[in-house]
Amino acid sequence: MIRTVLLAGRAGLHLRVAARIAEAAARLPTPITVRTQDRAAVPADSTLALVSLGALCGSELILEAYGPFAPGALNELADLFATDLDAADA
Amino acid sequence: MSSCVLALISVLARGALLVFFPGGALPTFFPGGALLACFTSGAWLVADLLRGLGASQGTATGPAYRLADPPRLPAPRPVTDPDAEVDRAFAAIDAAHDDIARRAAAAVDPTTAEILRAQAALAADRTLRDGVALAVRAGHEAPHAVAAVLGEHREALIAAGGLLAARTADLDDLRDRVIAHCLGLRMPALPEPGCPYILVAVDLAPADAALLDPARVLAVVTSAGSFLSHTAILARARGLPTVVACGGALDIADGTVITVDGTAGRVTTGSSHVPVDAPRPVDFSSARGSTADGHPVALLANIGGAAELSGAPVEGVGLFRTELLFQHHVDPPGLAEQVAAYGEVFAALPGRRVVVRTLDAGSDKPLPFLHDGDEPNPALGIRGLRVARRRGEILRTQIAAIAAAARDSTARVEVMAPMVTTVAEAAQFAALCRDAGLPTVGVMVEVPAAAVRAAEFLGAVDFLSVGTNDLSQYTFAADRRSGELADLLDPWQPALLSLVALCAAAGTALGRPVGVCGESAADPAFAVVLAGLGITSLSMAPAAIPAVRAALQAHTLDECRTAAQQALAAADPATARAAVTRV
Repeated sequence: MIRTVLLAGRAGLHLRVAARIAEAAARLPTPITVRTQDRAAVPADSTLALVSLGALCGSELILEAYGPFAPGALNELADLFATDLDAADA
Repeated sequence: MSSCVLALISVLARGALLVFFPGGALPTFFPGGALLACFTSGAWLVADLLRGLGASQGTATGPAYRLADPPRLPAPRPVTDPDAEVDRAFAAIDAAHDDIARRAAAAVDPTTAEILRAQAALAADRTLRDGVALAVRAGHEAPHAVAAVLGEHREALIAAGGLLAARTADLDDLRDRVIAHCLGLRMPALPEPGCPYILVAVDLAPADAALLDPARVLAVVTSAGSFLSHTAILARARGLPTVVACGGALDIADGTVITVDGTAGRVTTGSSHVPVDAPRPVDFSSARGSTADGHPVALLANIGGAAELSGAPVEGVGLFRTELLFQHHVDPPGLAEQVAAYGEVFAALPGRRVVVRTLDAGSDKPLPFLHDGDEPNPALGIRGLRVARRRGEILRTQIAAIAAAARDSTARVEVMAPMVTTVAEAAQFAALCRDAGLPTVGVMVEVPAAAVRAAEFLGAVDFLSVGTNDLSQYTFAADRRSGELADLLDPWQPALLSLVALCAAAGTALGRPVGVCGESAADPAFAVVLAGLGITSLSMAPAAIPAVRAALQAHTLDECRTAAQQALAAADPATARAAVTRV
C-alpha cells in the first residue's frame, strides 16, 4: 500500500533528520520504501539514501510497504515525515 | 645563543613589527625606534623568509607540524579477488564509523555530538555498503568504489540545491576517512607532537579551526586561504598569530622551528636556536586609545557574545555580532530570549559604548528560517538589512529587544545595520530604531555605493562603521573566501583606502564618528593609517587591541596623517605598507 506525505522539516531532509527517521524505520516490523516525484524508491531505514532524495521542505514523499504490518508502519513513519523535526532542535 | 638572537627575541616579546632583510638591505627603523637587523660574526643574521598575508596579528616561534592532507586516490588497479576487496572496503568503513562514533561519544556539547552521531549513522548505512559491494564487483578497487558511491550521493545533494547542497561536506569528510582507512594512511587530524607547535596546512575547515586549542597551537600558517577566510577569522578570535596564502609553507619539514609574524605576513625558518615560545599573554590596560600627542582613537572590541569579554577591560564594543544568537535556531529567537542575550552583554559593559549590529544573515551566513536557496548569487542578494524586505518582523522584533535590554542597563547602546546601500534605506532604519527608543543609529559601509555617498548618509544617521572585509569584496569584485584573489582583498589596496578616506573625510567635515570594524583594524600599521585618515574608532578582536594601542601611541597625529597620505599616494599595497613603516 502507498501513503503520500509532505515533508515538514523546514531545512529539508538533511543528515540529522534523515538519521532520526532511518533509525525509526529500522525498528518497524516491515520494510518501507520512500520515493519522490523524480527519484526512485529507496529504503527508509537508510540514512544515506534518504539524504540523497534531496527532499526539501514541502516535497511530496511517497511511502510504500506491504503485508499485515504495513498500515501501522506507514502511519508511524508518515507522522515522522510530517513532523518538523528541526523544530525540536530549536 | 648570541646576543643578537637575544635581541631579536626581546623584540618579538614586545609584539613589535618585524622587518627582515633577506637581501642584506640596509636596516630601517620601525615604530618605537628600535633597530632590528643585527650583525654577527661578520654576516647579517638572515633567516629563510616566506611571505604570505598576515591574517591574525602577533608573533610566535615554535616547531612546525603539518596537518595531513585528505588522502588522494591511488591509480586504480584491477580487482583480482572481489570477495577480499569487499572485505577490505567494509573493514575501512567499519574503522571510519568507529572513529566517528568515538568522537561523538566524547563530544561535550549536544549539537556537535548529534552531528557526529548522524555522520556515524551514514557510515553504518546499508545503502553505502550495498553500493560499494556492487561497485567492487563491477571491477572497482575498494577506495575507488567508496569514492564513486559517495560521489553519486553528493551529486544528488548538489542537484537538490539550497541547504542540502551546502551539506556535501558531511559526505566528503566520510569519503576521505574511509579512503584513508582503505589505504592504511594517517587520518587528517590535528598533529599531536606532544609540545606546543605551529600548525601548517593547505587550509583548515572551520570544523578543524574550531578545535584549535591555544594551549597547544601557537600559530597557524596556511598555503591557501585568505585574510577573510574562516580560518583567519577564527584564529583572530583566539588571538593566534596566522599567516595565510603563504606559498612554500608546505615545504617546511615537520619539527623545523619557525617564527610566524602574523602582523607582517612573514614566516621565517632556520632560527633553530630560538626556544619554543608560549603565546604572549595579552597585556590589557584600561588606557584609552590615542596617538602619542593625545588625539583619541577609541579601541573597541568585536564580539559575538559576553563570553569574549571575559577578563579583558575594553573601552567598549564596536561590533556586537548578533548572528550567533540566531544561527542555531530553526525559528527566529523570540523577544524575551533576545532581551536576555543582549542584556548579558550590556551588563558586562556598564557606562561603555556598545554598538549592536542587527542580524547580518545571508550570503556566507545562511540561516534556515530566512532562505529558500533561490538566489543564483547570494553575495549580491538578500543579505544584511535587505532581509527586512522579506521578513520585516524579524528586524522589528530585534530592535524592540535591543531597546528593552538597553533600558535596563547603563551601557551606551547604539545600533547599526549591515549591508546598507542607499540613504533611503539608512533613513528608514534610523526611523525604526529611534521610534523604538534607540537614539543613536548608524550604518555599516560595506558597498562602494554607500562609501561614495558617505556625507549624505551622515545626514540620515549618527555614525558610520566601515566593514573593510565586505567593502573589499564588493569594490574589487573578489569573493572574500577566494585564496587565489587574496592579493585583491588586501586592505592596503589603494582603491580601498580611497573609499575609507571618503568616509573619514565626511565624518570629519560633519563632526560625526566614523569607525572601522573590519579585520584590517587589527593590523597595527594599518591602524596608524586609519587614524591619520580621520577614523575615530577601531574595532577588532579583543586580543588585537594591545598591539594596535602600542602602534598608535608610538605616533603623533601628524605622523599618522603623513602615513595616511603616503599610503593613499602609493601605487600598490606593498608600496603603501612600506611607506608607512618609514614614517
